[in-house]
Amino acid sequence: MSAEAGIGQRPERASRLVYRQKAITRLTHWIWAISFFFLLMSGLQIFNARATLYVGQQSIFKSDDAILRMKAEDTKNGPSGRTMLFGRSFDTNGVLGASQEDGESTERGFPSWATLPGSTDLATGRVIHFFFAWLLVATLLIWLVASIFNGHLKNEIAPAPADLRELPHDVMEHLKLRFDTGGRYNPLQKISYAIVLLVMFPLMVATGLTMSPGMDAFAPWLLDVFGGRQTARTIHFVTMALLVTFVLVHLVMVLAAGPINEMRSMITGWYRTRKSQPAQVSAGAIEPEQ
Amino acid sequence: MPISRRHFIGASAAASGLMLSGCDGIDQLSNTDNAVRKVLASANQLTYRAQRLLLGNDWLAPEYSESDIREPQKPNGTESPDDEDYQALAASGFSGYRLQISGLVEKPQTFSLENLRAMPVRTQITRHDCVEGWSCIAKWSGVQLSRILEQVRVKPEARYAVFRCFDTMEQGMAGPVKYYGSIDLVDAWHPQTILAFDLNGKPLPVSNGAPLRLRVERQLGYKMNKYVRAIELVSSYAAIGNGNGGYWEDQGYDWYAGI
Repeated sequence: MSAEAGIGQRPERASRLVYRQKAITRLTHWIWAISFFFLLMSGLQIFNARATLYVGQQSIFKSDDAILRMKAEDTKNGPSGRTMLFGRSFDTNGVLGASQEDGESTERGFPSWATLPGSTDLATGRVIHFFFAWLLVATLLIWLVASIFNGHLKNEIAPAPADLRELPHDVMEHLKLRFDTGGRYNPLQKISYAIVLLVMFPLMVATGLTMSPGMDAFAPWLLDVFGGRQTARTIHFVTMALLVTFVLVHLVMVLAAGPINEMRSMITGWYRTRKSQPAQVSAGAIEPEQ
Repeated sequence: MPISRRHFIGASAAASGLMLSGCDGIDQLSNTDNAVRKVLASANQLTYRAQRLLLGNDWLAPEYSESDIREPQKPNGTESPDDEDYQALAASGFSGYRLQISGLVEKPQTFSLENLRAMPVRTQITRHDCVEGWSCIAKWSGVQLSRILEQVRVKPEARYAVFRCFDTMEQGMAGPVKYYGSIDLVDAWHPQTILAFDLNGKPLPVSNGAPLRLRVERQLGYKMNKYVRAIELVSSYAAIGNGNGGYWEDQGYDWYAGI
């Protein structure tokens, strides 16, 4: 503590740097971040090859079992994009169903800016997707083994009973944009990371494998678990949308909680905690030694 | 091509670089000669080896029941070859059709449709998965490729079966580019790998590949060549087409389509 920390005042837990993120946590985090970017956009390219989602083993064309469909309708002004969801149709021209490709309105599910490559190219989309799928799976396995052995999983990811008791309070704090910065993950963080890493990532891998005709010969029970190949494709898509939501909220939280401090902790491992009490001394006297 | 950890790390670094340099850089991955793309595409070898390791040679693709057939098999790709030799055969009800087997075999042979129909028939109700994402369940009947391979006696140095088809896909500089494809001998000998002449209990329609189409049930639809004219056993497909083992493979699609 610095000498200025008020004599005669109530002792405070002052701001200090703590080593919050282990190297393996940081490394796997960034590999996932890169993989997620490529998997998402190449996945939307693959989806565009048939911008329709079905339920069941197969895609019934005649009776139209589709639950989601993006398509272009011919109008006198050229193709116009529409999206059908559970039987209701929406005008999504310019974004979904039809959008600009090489300066022309073109029938395509997701627009060029959301896909990799930007132009329509299923073969390249698959090449990108499967490379990063392997990378994600390898990283997930390494992280899982390391996190079991170094205690990350038990201490920092798996929600403890105390976290569940704190949860309502933690939700209120989040709503007020006040974040616990004691260096630990707060209950909402633990729960969301546990869901993403232990439920959603494995679910993406499993539904992805269910779409593989080779894997269906190896493990036909995958088809039973997910209700058929086309249902697996639909679950893969919905989970993608949930993961995108997670990443967006995650990024907003980084900004709200202090982007420089958060980025430093995820790059160097060091995280600066805030004081546990509101400052009672003048601002100039707070900076402690480290 | 063997996969090394170095390859993966190198490609990840390169890919992150691409991400920073913007989407124009990434669109260069569409070029099949692009070096980064080749590294990314090597993951297909990993998929191939992993699936060969997991799947026993005779593990079967799921088979379905008659009640699962809900509509006609959706035709895709070429639906009516306008090649003259094909048109002539089709006009005669394929009576003049002869399947040629050649290459690394002891006894090159040709088979008429009557020859093929006289052999033991295998019928299977399977799910056709298109690379585009759709699936369709249908009943296929035909002769197992293994029975033909037994008759022509495959030489030990053979590694792939190459299928030559009637349908012209495009006009290349050296003349018409016809559909072709290849599978390894594990799939060639697989019990569900058949040369189908019937679809849903009727002779295979032209739109689905008459008179003979390949079924490779543990891979995607683009490996199941329609309008099969000849089969050649080879040790390497490097000298055929653009050297990638198939028409779609030459357009950048993975050779192994088990995923």
